[in-house]
Amino acid sequence: MKEYETITEISGPLVFAEVDEPIGYDEIVEIKTANGETRRGQILESSDGLVAIQVFEGTSGIDRNASVSFTGETLKMPVTEDLLGRVMDGTGQPIDGGPEIVPDSRRDIVGAAINPVSREYPEEFIQTGVSAIDGMNTLVRGQKLPIFSGSGLPHNELALQVARQATVPEEEDGEDDEGTEFAVIFGAMGITQEEANEFMNDFERTGALERSVVFMNLADDPAVERTVTPRLALTTAEYLAFDKGYHVLVILTDMTNYCEALREIGAAREEVPGRRGYPGYMYTDLAQLYERAGRIEGREGSVTQIPILTMPGDDDTHPIPDLTGYITEGQIYVDRDLNSQGIQPPVNVLPSLSRLMDDGIGEGLTRADHADVSDQMYAAYAEGEDLRDLVNIVGREALSDRDNRYLDFADRFEAEFVDQGFDTNRSIDQSLGIGWDLLSTLPKEELNRIDEELIEQYYTDEDDQESEQEAGATAD
Amino acid sequence: MSQTTQETAEDGDGRIASVSGPVVTASGLDARMNDVVYVGEEGLMGEVIEIEGDVTTVQVYEETSGVSPGEPVANTGEPLTVDLGPGMLDAIYDGVQRPLDVLEEKLGSAFLDRGVDAPGIDLEEEWEFHPEVEEGDTIEAGDVIGIVPETVTIDHKVLVPPDFEGGEVVEAHEGSFSVDDPVVELDTGESLTMHQEWPVREARPTVEKRSPRSPLVSGQRILDGLFPIAKGGTAAIPGPFGSGKTVTQHQLAKWADADIVIYVGCGERGNEMTEVIEDFPDLEDPTTGNALMDRTCLIANTSNMPVAARESCVYTGITIAEYYRDMGYDVALMADSTSRWAEAMREISSRLEEMPGEEGYPAYLAARLSQFYERAGLFDNLNGTEGSVSVIGAVSPPGGDFSEPVTQNTLRIVKTFWALDADLAERRHFPSINWNESYSLYRDQLDPWFEGEVSENWPERRQWAIDTLDEEAELQEIVQLVGKDALPDDQQLTLEVARYLREAYLQQNAFHPTDTYCSPQKTFAILGAIRAFNDEAFSALEAGVPVEEITDIEAVPRLNRIGVQEDWEEYVAELESTIESQLREKY
Ligand SMILES: Nc1ncnc2c1ncn2[C@@H]1O[C@H](COP(=O)(O)OP(=O)(O)O)[C@@H](O)[C@H]1O
Ligand SMILES: [Mg+2]
Repeated sequence: MKEYETITEISGPLVFAEVDEPIGYDEIVEIKTANGETRRGQILESSDGLVAIQVFEGTSGIDRNASVSFTGETLKMPVTEDLLGRVMDGTGQPIDGGPEIVPDSRRDIVGAAINPVSREYPEEFIQTGVSAIDGMNTLVRGQKLPIFSGSGLPHNELALQVARQATVPEEEDGEDDEGTEFAVIFGAMGITQEEANEFMNDFERTGALERSVVFMNLADDPAVERTVTPRLALTTAEYLAFDKGYHVLVILTDMTNYCEALREIGAAREEVPGRRGYPGYMYTDLAQLYERAGRIEGREGSVTQIPILTMPGDDDTHPIPDLTGYITEGQIYVDRDLNSQGIQPPVNVLPSLSRLMDDGIGEGLTRADHADVSDQMYAAYAEGEDLRDLVNIVGREALSDRDNRYLDFADRFEAEFVDQGFDTNRSIDQSLGIGWDLLSTLPKEELNRIDEELIEQYYTDEDDQESEQEAGATAD
Repeated sequence: MSQTTQETAEDGDGRIASVSGPVVTASGLDARMNDVVYVGEEGLMGEVIEIEGDVTTVQVYEETSGVSPGEPVANTGEPLTVDLGPGMLDAIYDGVQRPLDVLEEKLGSAFLDRGVDAPGIDLEEEWEFHPEVEEGDTIEAGDVIGIVPETVTIDHKVLVPPDFEGGEVVEAHEGSFSVDDPVVELDTGESLTMHQEWPVREARPTVEKRSPRSPLVSGQRILDGLFPIAKGGTAAIPGPFGSGKTVTQHQLAKWADADIVIYVGCGERGNEMTEVIEDFPDLEDPTTGNALMDRTCLIANTSNMPVAARESCVYTGITIAEYYRDMGYDVALMADSTSRWAEAMREISSRLEEMPGEEGYPAYLAARLSQFYERAGLFDNLNGTEGSVSVIGAVSPPGGDFSEPVTQNTLRIVKTFWALDADLAERRHFPSINWNESYSLYRDQLDPWFEGEVSENWPERRQWAIDTLDEEAELQEIVQLVGKDALPDDQQLTLEVARYLREAYLQQNAFHPTDTYCSPQKTFAILGAIRAFNDEAFSALEAGVPVEEITDIEAVPRLNRIGVQEDWEEYVAELESTIESQLREKY
């Protein structure tokens, strides 16, 4: 490997060097500093005689005397099933003191696009045990469903709850003994040590670490490195899912930090910026991460993604949540108001959405009444929410009986359906049961989104409800 | 892109000078603007987009990782073209018309690798050709020379290419042929095949554009009923994420009464294309009863596929649409989303370091958009038939803000505007089309059709609905301040009627097996039932019945269930008379 000492310019995370051989676009570069340290980087632009290199570990300490050599290949992730249980840094180097990783194969981290013809449409219900998700925004295997949150909100608790509780209810042929557990891939980008500990402790406490692969880029690690961390995580996920048949759940946090790193690189390259200074290609770049979720026809495993992002200023029109929402298959909103009311998890279902819900629920999948119940609760909760503004002005007495029922519905929906705590695991039957309890507080005729037969089956008149509750209490 | 035009390296080939993402520059390349070139050792397909002195800039339709300066660039000398001929229906292509199923087979992988090419139509497959011309006939550009049953639904009309001189037929062959076999021989010594090529960036010629006069019936109540699009018309659906752009486009692709549907998934989700591939073969065309897939051609450049091919996919789509139009068909093209196409333009433009216009988009954004939508229309074809291309473009404005350049430039061109509304989507009012903001400039010119096919009362009843909804919007402002009970009885009743308009008429569940498609007759009947309730209710009110008693009538909520009724005619008749008798009992 030829070494050059031809650095002409260092600017932010970028190094420019002269070369006298053709260098491939995206190729990996090694830079040795004067004190013998080695940094890795990637070719961002290659032209006759000159290359622009993006240095993952940052450029501080690099001077014009540093030597540059080209590996002749693009960045690869060594993959093997033995990665399960291992902890790595944001560039894929083990940091857990474990044995050396002997790869089964080395994969290009810029995954190729899945051919839409080869995809299998995701429609297997994942029970997360969280009513606001299972009942109203159902997650399915192979979906990409981000959590839209804000700084200081308990998005990590929610993600951990999902990771702990997620199962796919018993497969028909019963080949899996107890539901199916997920292999969890955790990709951290620029999170604090404290947050990282929160995840690691939970993984260790629940024994999840054994079936996890962790990639850690912390807040004080170089920002540019963050652009490779999710790609390493997803390359590992694809290998485990599509080569080894695992159902993989990928948690990526915090995508906001990832996007900031993109912006930093764009600025250093003096690119024409897009909205709010983020690069114009950020949509494509994010899509190349998020679209790596899915199922493939004829393959056993699946890649399900739960990226977490903190919306700057809680603003969902900010480019990071906005572009994400345009790519992912829905989103779960963690809400500051609900959080301050002590609701756990503080999920605001109204702006939340699971686009793959429709095909993942219903008879034979969850329950025949699921879609109707969810629709009706959305409509009722939205109506109650609207009335809250009005009630502040005119008072409860000025409202009709109908309106008052909707107001009560909205309150009880938050208190009983959403607020379940981070440690409660509810089956889908339980979630829908609570839903029916709440819907039964409304007059039957109001339930215009629910099939009449289902109303007959599940609706309980107020009197029945009380006696039922008593019966339930004694049965306990 | 057709493999048939790929040539081996020769003089005039260049060398790569630089690589930066999808943009490659070459030196020593002898090329014209928009020529297709093959880049690097792997022969990645690209298109010339700028020439400056000896430096030729190429946008590459595939990933460029690992490509280095010095590698060869070979020119085909041809612009980006599509292969046209039987076999395009039921197909799924990438943005440069490579069949994705063939790529899967060739690559032996579920992942799209690069450097593989395949013709847009199968060159080996044999088709039954029935000549429509015979010895001695004179034929010219655009003429139909024969018919090939392409799918159960569609007869593929084999046309004389528009740029072909014509001549006298010496022999026409009946039988089974592959697309490149000669099927008609001419006195000029030339022969015609079932296969032609056409450059995607050039509109196929016609005689004249006409003013549209019949609706593209969508089976969606709010569209057909309030904001119809014409066959040959243009429409835009802008909306933030999750507001229903894709579901609306899918609904149109499923139920619109077009002969041919071209669905362009431009920079959107892979699973949405998969959904179409999985669902359409099992769905029946409500007018013909045949599988929907038989009339559908899909073009997929998903968001993670190369960005340059995103720029080309809408052109690939519209060129195929025009080809079927030339056969005399009504073609509907859905592009989801045109914003991704515009962003692809922006990305390439910024890599060229062109002077950016508004929000970084190139200055030619507006021109490109209008050139594209101009290719829609109802046309007199060269061969005397009439065909149409309707174009429906989804727009994805950043932050849902319609004041951005792509939405604004699109609205300047299209005549139908279906404004999606995040508020409605949040409360699961679907389709979330805002009835106050949306419009259709085709409304008046389509009325005669609805009057003839459905009822002469169509315009009047629609106006009543619009007026009632307008009144509701005004009343809602007051209600927000004082509560509903403070309104006089008649206004409270109007609110109640408007609520049924929203719930029973405007809302429509795309996922309900019956409600998903609503014929114009049923659309009209639902409106009629609400109107009947309105009239009876106001009579009762005048007769002194208190408003609460009117709205509490047991039968009224059943208005909301008409949509899901298979036998709606019976149901509506029964419901109308029950409402009438229950109300009349009160006075
Ligand atoms: N007509 C409809 N009927 C029922 N649900 C709908 C309808 N339109 C949209 N939806 C719901 O809204 C979600 C988002 O719609 P989609 O078309 O994917 O939005 P967009 O393309 O604007 O992001 C869908 O997954 C579906 O749940
Ligand atoms: Mg969409």
